[in-house]
Amino acid sequence: MKFFARIMLLLSLLLGMSTLYAEEDLTIEITKGVERALPIAIVPFGLQSSVSEDVAAIISQDLRRSGRFEPLSPQSYPDRPSEFSQINFANWRALQVDHVVVGQVKPSAGGRYTVQFQLAGVFQSNQLLGMSFDVKSNMLRQVAHQISDLIYEKLTGERGAFTTRIAYITASQQTSGGTYSLVVADADGYNPQVVLRSSQPLMSPSWSPDGSKLAYVSFENRRAQIVVQDVYSGSRQTVAAFPGINGAPSWSPDGRRLAVTLSKDGNPEIYIYNLGGGEPVRLTNSKAINTEPVWSPDGSSIVFTSDRGGSPQLYRVGLNGGQPQRLTFDGDYNARPVFSPDGRYLAMVHRKGGRFYIAVMDMQNRQLRVLTEGGLDESPSFAPNGRMIIYATSQGGREILAAVSVDGRVRQSLGLRDSNVREPVWSPYNR
Amino acid sequence: MKAMLKTFVAVASLILLASCAANRGTTDATGTEAATEAATPPSGAPGAYQGYDARGATGTYGYDKSGGVTGQGGGGPNASASGRVVYFDYDSAEVRADGRTIVEANARYLVANPSAATVLEGHTDERGSREYNIGLGERRAEAVRRQMAALGVAPQQMRTVSYGEERPAVAGHDEASYTQNRRVEITY
Repeated sequence: MKFFARIMLLLSLLLGMSTLYAEEDLTIEITKGVERALPIAIVPFGLQSSVSEDVAAIISQDLRRSGRFEPLSPQSYPDRPSEFSQINFANWRALQVDHVVVGQVKPSAGGRYTVQFQLAGVFQSNQLLGMSFDVKSNMLRQVAHQISDLIYEKLTGERGAFTTRIAYITASQQTSGGTYSLVVADADGYNPQVVLRSSQPLMSPSWSPDGSKLAYVSFENRRAQIVVQDVYSGSRQTVAAFPGINGAPSWSPDGRRLAVTLSKDGNPEIYIYNLGGGEPVRLTNSKAINTEPVWSPDGSSIVFTSDRGGSPQLYRVGLNGGQPQRLTFDGDYNARPVFSPDGRYLAMVHRKGGRFYIAVMDMQNRQLRVLTEGGLDESPSFAPNGRMIIYATSQGGREILAAVSVDGRVRQSLGLRDSNVREPVWSPYNR
Repeated sequence: MKAMLKTFVAVASLILLASCAANRGTTDATGTEAATEAATPPSGAPGAYQGYDARGATGTYGYDKSGGVTGQGGGGPNASASGRVVYFDYDSAEVRADGRTIVEANARYLVANPSAATVLEGHTDERGSREYNIGLGERRAEAVRRQMAALGVAPQQMRTVSYGEERPAVAGHDEASYTQNRRVEITY
């Protein structure tokens, strides 16, 4: 019986792994030293039935992607405990691992599963967390992400972002004639769901602060229009379809207004549109291109891209208007700003020597730091905990997504199978 | 101690059960399938745009009314594709001499056919941020529109739309491709 269980365990592990790699090709590249990453062991969960998801592997990947942890390879594990009482701490101390996670997945009534896990401190031989979940089999990935969040918060003191989502645009081919899709997926790229398909370009998705809606630009009927779509019901509302540009929607922190770019008055300018109704109110006034508005997290000002000085640079203007103040002076091209959730950093697209990079400016000292290797990097978006930036880049002529930690230490690419993937936006925490 | 631990685990389970239940509700409400169906496709989007190549030089309308414009260099809906595309230098919205000829030919057609209308589509290459490129594409489309207006085309005959880098003519990532993608398409 024990032998049989072992075979089952092995089988389900193998199956779990193979589907994992077949579905998604997630490659993680640690670009700089990982000296500050915490060594942790996520022991494969005791599986008493065949389930499709390898919970421990998902947790391992989550924690590794954060750049804060260095999960050990399961090959190096001295044994395979599946609950706290089975942990032989001396073995794990010898491996110099700080923490061990053990757990089990057990079938329960009605085709459901009980998932339990414990987080143990190796040097004090103590239990730091111990919890149990009862879920349907299709929720096992979600539970794994939830466990990742709990471990992350317990050990770093910061909130995890593993249960959040990303939205992005795919294009089946780069020239016209293909299909454009707006997709919402888990933060790790799994479970992609198409929320809108169109034969015309879709661009500039932006999450509402409560994570229930996406604003975006659609070119259906050969005109640019700004649409707000409910992610859950799919219901759509066109909020701007003026002559010329209707672009770059950005939600106010209170979710009641959109900052947008309109050229209805002859030139691309920033307007504030009240979702409750009324005409958009113009915020900028220059002969140049003014676009890509984003709200400061406190809602008091807008940062946007303008080439009023000859080249695109970032400017800040108060919501009451007035003279915009230039923020960027480093390089001849700084565009597509986005604030970190705490307002400390401003990420942007930065050009240097003909290559485009993702850079962040520390708003306290105005220092600009380049985070990526460069090429065609664009569309940065912060994780809701502010630790990572997801962005679009290209690899071998294909558009892909990548993520980099705000300190530039960890960089990874998220290889989604087909299509060109672009304009990732990380969701806020669910409210 | 062990009893306490068990109680803790039990309480934690209850709390998480509750939050899981809430989560599950959300996921079901996501009704990702239903949402997909409801939203796909956007009305009028599929095939709304036939593409100018489909209406190539063999079209049938308006050609002989175009004020004697003939051959490749002519404007209007029956001109060859190359007779309806104006190319631009990098980071520039200035109509070059070669583009000027094309603008003039199409302006003649529009002046001769006051009921005809054109959509001027501005495009950029893939470099730079997407919404800024929408601005650049519009700048190019507006440059063509202004020239056409100066040549006597009525305002109501022209509309601009900028696709920025979203609809490249060719898919390459080199200078040769970029040269073909920085353009205004004069479509009818």
